[in-house]
Amino acid sequence: MSTTTATETHAGTAEHHELSFVRKYIFSTDHKMIAKQFLFAGLMFLALGGLLAVMIRWQLGFPGRPLPVFIQWIFPDTMAPGGIILPEFYNSLVTMHATFMVFFALMPLMAGVFGNLLIPLQIGAEDMAFPRINMASFWIMPVAGFIMLASFFVEGGAAGAGWTSYAPLSTSGEWTGVYMGQILWLISLIVLGFSSILGALNYVTTVMNMRAPGMTWFRIPLATWSIFVTAWLLLLAIPILTGGLILLLADQTLGTAFFRPEGSGEPLLWQHIFWFFGHPEVYILILPAMGFVSEVIANRSRKPIFGYHSMVIAMVSIGFLGWVVWGHHMFQSGMNPLLGMTFVVTTVVIAVPSAIKTFNWMGTLWRGNIHFDTPLLHAVAFVALFIIGGLSGIFMASAPVDIYIHDTYFIVAHLHYVLVGGSLFGIFAGITYWYPKMFGRMMNEGLGKVHFTLSFLFYNMAFFPMHNLGVQGMMRRIYDPNQYEYLQGLQPLSTFISISIFLFATTQILFAFNFLWSLRAGKVAGNNPWKSCTLLWTTPSPPPHGNFPEMPIVYRGPYEYSHPDREEDYWPQDEPPETSEAGGQLAAAPSPEPVPGD
Amino acid sequence: MNFFWRMGMLLAGMLTVVIVLWVITGPSWTDLSWVMPDNTVSTFGPTLDNLWLIILWVTGIIFVVTEITLLVFMVKYRHKEGRKAEYIHGSNNAEIVWTTVTFVIVMALAFYSKGLWDEIRDPNLIPADAYQIQMLASQFEWNATYAGADGLFDTADDFISRNVLHIPVDRPVVVQLMAQDVIHSFFLPEFRVKQDAVPGMITPVWFEATRIGEFTLACAELCGLGHYTMSGTVIVHSQADFQDWLAQQQAAAEDD
Amino acid sequence: MSQGAVATMDRKPMPGMMVYNKKLGMWVFLLSEVMFFTSLIGTYVILRFAHPDHWADVGLVLNVQLTALNTFFLICSSVTMVKAFAAIQEGNQKGLQMWLLATILIGASFVGIQVYEYMALTGEGFVPMLDSYHAVGRGNPHEGPSLGGPLYGATFYAMTGFHGAHVSIGVLCLIFVYVQSLRGVYTADNHEGVEVIGLYWHFVDLVWILLFTIVYLI
Ligand SMILES: [Cu+2]
Ligand SMILES: [Cu+2]
Repeated sequence: MSTTTATETHAGTAEHHELSFVRKYIFSTDHKMIAKQFLFAGLMFLALGGLLAVMIRWQLGFPGRPLPVFIQWIFPDTMAPGGIILPEFYNSLVTMHATFMVFFALMPLMAGVFGNLLIPLQIGAEDMAFPRINMASFWIMPVAGFIMLASFFVEGGAAGAGWTSYAPLSTSGEWTGVYMGQILWLISLIVLGFSSILGALNYVTTVMNMRAPGMTWFRIPLATWSIFVTAWLLLLAIPILTGGLILLLADQTLGTAFFRPEGSGEPLLWQHIFWFFGHPEVYILILPAMGFVSEVIANRSRKPIFGYHSMVIAMVSIGFLGWVVWGHHMFQSGMNPLLGMTFVVTTVVIAVPSAIKTFNWMGTLWRGNIHFDTPLLHAVAFVALFIIGGLSGIFMASAPVDIYIHDTYFIVAHLHYVLVGGSLFGIFAGITYWYPKMFGRMMNEGLGKVHFTLSFLFYNMAFFPMHNLGVQGMMRRIYDPNQYEYLQGLQPLSTFISISIFLFATTQILFAFNFLWSLRAGKVAGNNPWKSCTLLWTTPSPPPHGNFPEMPIVYRGPYEYSHPDREEDYWPQDEPPETSEAGGQLAAAPSPEPVPGD
Repeated sequence: MNFFWRMGMLLAGMLTVVIVLWVITGPSWTDLSWVMPDNTVSTFGPTLDNLWLIILWVTGIIFVVTEITLLVFMVKYRHKEGRKAEYIHGSNNAEIVWTTVTFVIVMALAFYSKGLWDEIRDPNLIPADAYQIQMLASQFEWNATYAGADGLFDTADDFISRNVLHIPVDRPVVVQLMAQDVIHSFFLPEFRVKQDAVPGMITPVWFEATRIGEFTLACAELCGLGHYTMSGTVIVHSQADFQDWLAQQQAAAEDD
Repeated sequence: MSQGAVATMDRKPMPGMMVYNKKLGMWVFLLSEVMFFTSLIGTYVILRFAHPDHWADVGLVLNVQLTALNTFFLICSSVTMVKAFAAIQEGNQKGLQMWLLATILIGASFVGIQVYEYMALTGEGFVPMLDSYHAVGRGNPHEGPSLGGPLYGATFYAMTGFHGAHVSIGVLCLIFVYVQSLRGVYTADNHEGVEVIGLYWHFVDLVWILLFTIVYLI
């Protein structure tokens, strides 16, 4: 580092003292380390949520059969006597699978990991706006996770009222047999809310205030844009949930009656609060993946992203529209039916920006030069599966059709196409794409392709037939569908689905192995293995404390691939234009348009 | 054609896995139907199935077209040595076209749904002459209260039918849904009826059976431990049989 | 080499928000606080519209006069907070300390009066619990019909309680800022902490004016 740059504040701190182990790896304030912490914690919770899913599918695939040896010895008689899963334990499994996946796996893996990793690096900042708040944001998460986990071991077991915790089922142990577990569930999510708020606060402030010179709004890479919109949704949606959770906790512990009908409380009020948070939450879980996929597809097809502006506008409008559609979860709830059509209309309108994004991804691939690397495969799988998840959403957006499929496996199929086919494949795309920046090494490509292929196959085998179960009228959250005569014939298909899930879960061992093995043995990546244009890739891999040895200056948009006048097929955002107009261009206040405009 | 050969092998391998597992577990191909089961017994059932079919066609066509396009792009524009991607930033015309087309399609579906939604759910459109039944859902049973001979509820000749809902054919029925403890969901798959029963609320749901027979009554909302056992039966009688059954039950109720 | 220097200079134009990070962060945080109170106030509005019979007439149960006085206190504390900020803008550390102390004292007495009010109300049977709610009204002997219903109590304590918690946290933060000010941390050029806590304090004050109106006066 030169003497000039050493005087700059952002590089100065890293120079003089070595950080202790604790400060560097545990209570770190470095956004990259916090991203890694979120990554490891999130993957652990992902594995846990996956195991819970496997248990659920065991019961559904082989109802009443004891769990295979070894596994059956793990569980006490209050959960699975003789290895046979009890109905109450099944309800807990269903609830906790969703809770862990939504709040402890997907949210940290998207906003937590990539918000932290990408925002400062993509906009050219030395760190987050509030590094210590950022550290707190991470450390709250495992605390909340611990509380949630602990609820399995208290008397009565973990919460069993579903992840939506509909009142009044959730207001009293009288109805579920779960007392402490439900209280811990509420407390855990209230605590976790602070993590999300503190994280989101940081993302928003950092993006608004800490962009490198020349990084105008419309030169921000789409991944950062997506997390920026997500952060706003978090900031505004999480407090709504927190408020609701607190009132529900009061109903549970103090004996208030906000949602308890025996005291004139309103059970539907809880649903309104929950889904007013819940629908923005759905976009919190998918928008970042959309951002990752945009980066990967543009880069791996070596082509500027198609319709950058409409991509941004689509995300922002999803961010706004997401607030007025919550009633589509409540068509059959007893909500005033005259409100139904309002929510039908808003809901189908929100399909438009999603469609715009899909077409733009396809437009980006069109006439591209597509490199079939693991990140691209995951990204294209995201698009392909998101199409299915989006289209199946149209069925339930139509209120009368929803009468039949509401609370059936059709919904389960839909949401897993969005959250696994969408979010999880998006996360895989993100991890495989940015792994070299995080750890300095590439993940193994061959292993990655095998993992992708098997995941894609088993995933579809598992979830596609769930649509058909829904069409046949099979309800979700049913411990043993064979109780219903008309569902008995579907048992073989359920078994098919279960085995596919087991295979899908097993395949993830490949990913875990590849991830860990590549930490040590992966090919050394170099600064810019994907030949990308964004600022992130101008830094060393992994970037040092302070990120940029020299303050970058941004001259153009983030996706200047395959420019006809250039020999290289990419044009980094910070590479000065060759002519002497460089200084002039910058002084004349950065234009809101990318320089080679569209 | 090395690329296609490899892809073909890959697809064949995948297909083999699917078929092997399919044969081992043994589902029937008809389980994979995307068309609503041909078992509907309510007057609006066929309309709902029809709306389903329309959405299925629209989304199905979009699905096939987009996925195939995606596949074609993947194959056609795959990396080849010495080729350069085209430097295109987008097309405003394309954006306008697909925004408008999507908007028009989904709005058409939304408004096409309106008629049926109103028919089923508009409280003002519930047939005035419908036969009234009160249904109290509780953990974990369905208690249908019939008014008895006087046609009034909360009188001595009311009687309760547990887990079996008796209704007449070809006559609209209004079930006044209530719940004693937690939320349940009144689900009659063959009738294409589903409505939550919320404690503290009375929610009317109406339907008219078109066929005599026995059908399923299910609970579709997680309602606690025994949720999965909360099933019942709907028995559709001929109008004459229904009157007989009513008379019989009333007599029994008055004896008590 | 000169590029690095250019960069540091040019770092300024990009922050489009024209405010420093902490202030922007506080603004953003307050927006999320708005949503939190929205959930509580929304609950109140919906429950009140659905069950008007759970509410008693103005002044029968709640002590409007006392709370009006308390509201006046809180507004005063916003004024003293403004004074504190104005003082340090001119580099007047003594003034800052004095006005901060005043704000802390008024804030703390607001909380104190609220605690007193809670004790009086619970003594009169106005509690949030469904089972033990029996509000006899102000100054009544401990018998007589119950006024309103448990939803009245529950929403009252939820809204005013969480507001009180916000005031308490604000007082703690103010004490921290006060201690910092005694150590001479803040100067005419460096008083971000004072401004940021001031924003929070004014927000809490504003929320109270809204809550006072809808909880006590309507
Ligand atoms: Cu939604
Ligand atoms: Cu039930």
